[in-house]
Amino acid sequence: MRTMRAAAATALVIALTATAAACGGGTATNGEGSNKSPKKLTYWASNQGPSIEADKEILTKEIAKFEKQTGIDVELEVVPWSDLLNRILAATSSGQGPDILNIGNTWSASLQATGALLPWDDKTFDKIGGRDRFTESAVAAAGAEGKDPAAVPLYSLSYALYYNKKIFKDAGIAKPPATWDELVEAGKKVTKGDTYGLALEGSNLSNHIHQAFVLAKQHGADFFTADGKPDFTSDGAVAGVKQWVDFMAKDKITSKSAAEYAQNQSLSDFSKGKAAMVLWQAAASTFKSQGMDESEYGVAPVPVQSGTPGQGKQINSMVAGINISVFKNTDNLDGALQFVKFMTSDAEQKILNSTYGSIPPVKAAQQDAAFDKPDTAVLRDVLGTSAAPLPQVPEESQFETVVGTAIKDLFADAAAGRPVTTESVKAALGKAEQQMTKS
Amino acid sequence: MTSLDVKAPAAGEAPSSPAGGPPRRRLRIPARIRRGGLPYLLLLPALLFELLIHLVPMVVGIVMAFKELTQFYIRDWGRAPWAGLENFRVAVDFDAPIGAELLHSFWVTCSFTVLTVGCSWLFGVSAAILMQESFRGRGLLRAVFLTPYALPAYAAVITWAFMFQRDNGLVNSVLGGDSFWLIGDNAFWALTTVAVWKTWPFAFLMLMAGLQNIPKELYEAASIDGAGIWQQIRRITLPSLRPVNQVLVLVLFLWTFNDFNTPFLLFGKGAPEAADLVSIHIYDSSFITWNFGSGSAMSVLLLLFLLLVTAVYLVITSRGRKGADA
Repeated sequence: MRTMRAAAATALVIALTATAAACGGGTATNGEGSNKSPKKLTYWASNQGPSIEADKEILTKEIAKFEKQTGIDVELEVVPWSDLLNRILAATSSGQGPDILNIGNTWSASLQATGALLPWDDKTFDKIGGRDRFTESAVAAAGAEGKDPAAVPLYSLSYALYYNKKIFKDAGIAKPPATWDELVEAGKKVTKGDTYGLALEGSNLSNHIHQAFVLAKQHGADFFTADGKPDFTSDGAVAGVKQWVDFMAKDKITSKSAAEYAQNQSLSDFSKGKAAMVLWQAAASTFKSQGMDESEYGVAPVPVQSGTPGQGKQINSMVAGINISVFKNTDNLDGALQFVKFMTSDAEQKILNSTYGSIPPVKAAQQDAAFDKPDTAVLRDVLGTSAAPLPQVPEESQFETVVGTAIKDLFADAAAGRPVTTESVKAALGKAEQQMTKS
Repeated sequence: MTSLDVKAPAAGEAPSSPAGGPPRRRLRIPARIRRGGLPYLLLLPALLFELLIHLVPMVVGIVMAFKELTQFYIRDWGRAPWAGLENFRVAVDFDAPIGAELLHSFWVTCSFTVLTVGCSWLFGVSAAILMQESFRGRGLLRAVFLTPYALPAYAAVITWAFMFQRDNGLVNSVLGGDSFWLIGDNAFWALTTVAVWKTWPFAFLMLMAGLQNIPKELYEAASIDGAGIWQQIRRITLPSLRPVNQVLVLVLFLWTFNDFNTPFLLFGKGAPEAADLVSIHIYDSSFITWNFGSGSAMSVLLLLFLLLVTAVYLVITSRGRKGADA
């Protein structure tokens, strides 16, 4: 019996050592890309259309063209947004990922820091027609400043103000608000009974970040210093966040119920006529699917504090969008680059972006008549003149969560009737900032 | 080990007693190994899978806790620098924000667990006792009581999330208020309600099984002696359920303390402060911040805490039982 026990103990120790060695060794993903399997590619697409199924249909049709041109077999998977980042993290740590993938452009710097994505230096860009083909602001949202981008822009989006024409007309409002004061005034005019001025989502963390970023910029503040340190409690940042929460807390032009909205309920409130305005990116297809006709709403640029939209303090949107990336350890580097070239070709850019209601980041495709529709024309102008990328820092994902949660809690305060003051906003942001820094 | 030692010869004896027929010569294994080895051989597959599924990830997690495994290194873990005890130091530095948040989350989890386990046990034991008497519709009622246990957690919790909505939710229309349940301080009560609803059928099931083992004569004798229903419960039912309770409470405690599905499905990421359970907190600290070393360190602390509680609990309850047996 003693020998058996000894044997068992030995086996256990061996197993443990093997485990420790296994995780000590990690996976051999630091190898550069190769062309070992030139006839196969895997592509993870993000969900851009009304459903995963719809996306599969749209993309399969386009990818068939690529397969015919090149003879490369592309395996497509459309990954829902809720899973995409975790899937990418898992692929990064295991080295078992796709060859090509879509990423939300706000993740660019975070994913760039992992070193798992192929950097796009000028030489690589030349293989898909050169960096100049893309709009500058979109490329700026593809990686940290001063580094080779980790991705190439694929679809661009910006925020716009959607307003209900009938409610505006009934209230005698002649034109959409161009400043926040006008927006609040219009909002107060139409808020009565079950109808509110503005629809928003108090529990939607990333939306909070997008709005707070723009409003803080308009107050002359950034959430990160030039050297990438979090700076959430500057007067401008506090004023920006407070202005956003005040639509519910002080101006009362938004329904209290919105404090728990997180999943596009604001869009259904708007399309049902329960709210006169909503700030969103490319919402046309959603309104259509909820039975609101294009003629019933107008689209205008998001307001500014005063004056007209432009750069610096006059920006009125983040550069939203989707980038396409190549995994550095791909076994089909040439094929992957060919695929990115195909997806960013003028022809495909027109087809895909007009299908999805987004704007092509490729300059030549942008001027197509398909993007002259009332809403896309606004999005295009904003992207061209008055949008700025969110901070491209490795901690972006953490920033979204901690500041987004802080704003969510402030909305919960506002909905419960507790006062939201400059001090309380500053305290909430201060707590968020402390969580960003270790020890 | 002891039980194995006893069984070993019995299991080994069967093949070693050739009751006729020609003895097989080809597979000649020394009797000593044959006798001692068979139980281990039979255990081997289970042991291997246990190692693979439970132990290996656990050890990997513990190793991660000592590394600075941030997004800069997840691509190649080997390159991640050793952090020593730094991850643990940050987690237990309760004056600094990260430690303070973890401590807050720990207290929330403690009160959540005590309430949930307490209510679940109470509901379970009351329902089980009521169901002892046979009456019309008992089978149906039992089935209804067990439904929450049979439903998939995802579907059930999502349904609860709908019911807790402020405007269109069932809870507010029944209570007639317009409170928020999924944000702010009420979130704690929403979370506890769902957890109790989800957990108590298990307690009910276990206690019902336990009640079957109490001899009827005890109750008959007691009622002849003039004991009322409360006295019977206090003097017969509860003491007889003691062994069941000992395991049940421990299992409920561990499940509830570690519960991830319920808060995650109710609140998504960014749970309200009042309902920031430790499992969600650890998820946020690793997957959202991409600092897997820090998250692992918190997990290891949680593991140590649960081990400690379990050990203390087992020591106390088994001492109590020995005392009762003596």
